[in-house]
Amino acid sequence: MATMSLRDKKKGVLLALLLAVSVACMLAFLPHETLAQAEAGAQSATPWWVWPIALVVFSFVLGVIAVLAGVGGGVLFVPLVSGFFPFHLDFVRGTGLMVALAGALAAGPGLLRRNLASLRLALPVALIASSCSIIGAFMGLALPTNVVQLCLGGTIMFIAVLLLTSKNVTKPHVEKQDWLGAALGMSGVYHDASTGENIEWKTHRTLQGLLLFIVIGIMAGMFGLGAGWANVPVLNLLMGAPLKIAVGTSKFLLSITDTSAAWVYLNQGCVIPLITIPSIIGLMCGSFVGVNLLAKAKPKFIRYMVIGVLLFAGGKALMKGLGI
Amino acid sequence: MAEIKTPQEQITYANMLYYGNIAGLALMLLTFVLYVAGILDPHVPLEKLLHLWSGNAATYLHEGNVPHGWGWTSLLGTGDFINFIGIALLAGMTILAYIPLVPAFLKKGETVMTFIALAEVLVLIFAASGIVGGGAH
Repeated sequence: MATMSLRDKKKGVLLALLLAVSVACMLAFLPHETLAQAEAGAQSATPWWVWPIALVVFSFVLGVIAVLAGVGGGVLFVPLVSGFFPFHLDFVRGTGLMVALAGALAAGPGLLRRNLASLRLALPVALIASSCSIIGAFMGLALPTNVVQLCLGGTIMFIAVLLLTSKNVTKPHVEKQDWLGAALGMSGVYHDASTGENIEWKTHRTLQGLLLFIVIGIMAGMFGLGAGWANVPVLNLLMGAPLKIAVGTSKFLLSITDTSAAWVYLNQGCVIPLITIPSIIGLMCGSFVGVNLLAKAKPKFIRYMVIGVLLFAGGKALMKGLGI
Repeated sequence: MAEIKTPQEQITYANMLYYGNIAGLALMLLTFVLYVAGILDPHVPLEKLLHLWSGNAATYLHEGNVPHGWGWTSLLGTGDFINFIGIALLAGMTILAYIPLVPAFLKKGETVMTFIALAEVLVLIFAASGIVGGGAH
């Protein structure tokens, strides 16, 4: 057993190093292409088919890392692709939303059937977040690109700090449900397969939680990030939903929030199939492989690596916004 | 231990999402092959697209002669815009899955949830309609 465990650990370290090297190689390679194109300002010498292939590979690696680090694909996709590919931020945000949407649609049915996502918890929250994400999408498309880049950079760095510092609670203690949570029926029961228990849950501080979803919705629409990084802490730490319900409902919630913002980007011509489809394929395949590697990997190391990558990508977006 | 029953409306929603997602992804893959294999000619030539995707959406629409909103439906015979069938299906699944929630909650006499579900359908239809637009810089 001990030998197996040691072997698994070695495999985990190896995998983490492999992923780190892959990302580093791609990041080292891609800026040259981007800069070269920008400088030339003319038709690229790179054949068109290189870009969808590069996107599939890049998104595949992002998909693996996102699952292992426990973050959504969109939060890695938008800052990294906007930083290292030649696409304008409009198209990267449109694709980021489609990528987050496809991932949420794939996960949603299983979570709903197993009661790990609650329709009753999601519906009121989704109405607020999706309405506000439309506003966010229009704001993002109306603001100058450098301002959006600056805000994106700041947000990405904030997310990195949030990932580093937030400590979610498996089963938060909710003494008494508040009137709003009770009126909206925000309670339920789910079966925890790891302990074999049926766990009842209810929410508190519902109004404060709903108000925060105004901000979350606007940010999701403005940056095309998805918003799992913000949904989970609000549902879990503030409103008192158990962690499994918070994670499941958050993933499902993205399918609604991102739908409204995605339509705005779609109608504004911000979705280019040659960018969007390879990204969705790569990220979905990567997520599938990531789930299978989850048992062998060292999530802590990968989580720190992702935090490092986010800080780097956030810094790059800030510099782009400042014109440096 | 009492068995936990998933509400029927939640099961219906999950099933619609599941089959819609599979159909959307399959359509997307199929149409993408038609596009990149050159079986259908694109509306925006690939070489031109390499220039246009570095500029903003407004430039892409103008110089690529690309219609905004639902205008893509008039270009479904082209390699690039046929891909929007799968993309639109993926983006539209949530709207379709929400619709049965309205009568389901109404039947249960849950006025607040009925209102919320109906309001969400209207919000999503509003976003999808493209009624408000022109913000792309």
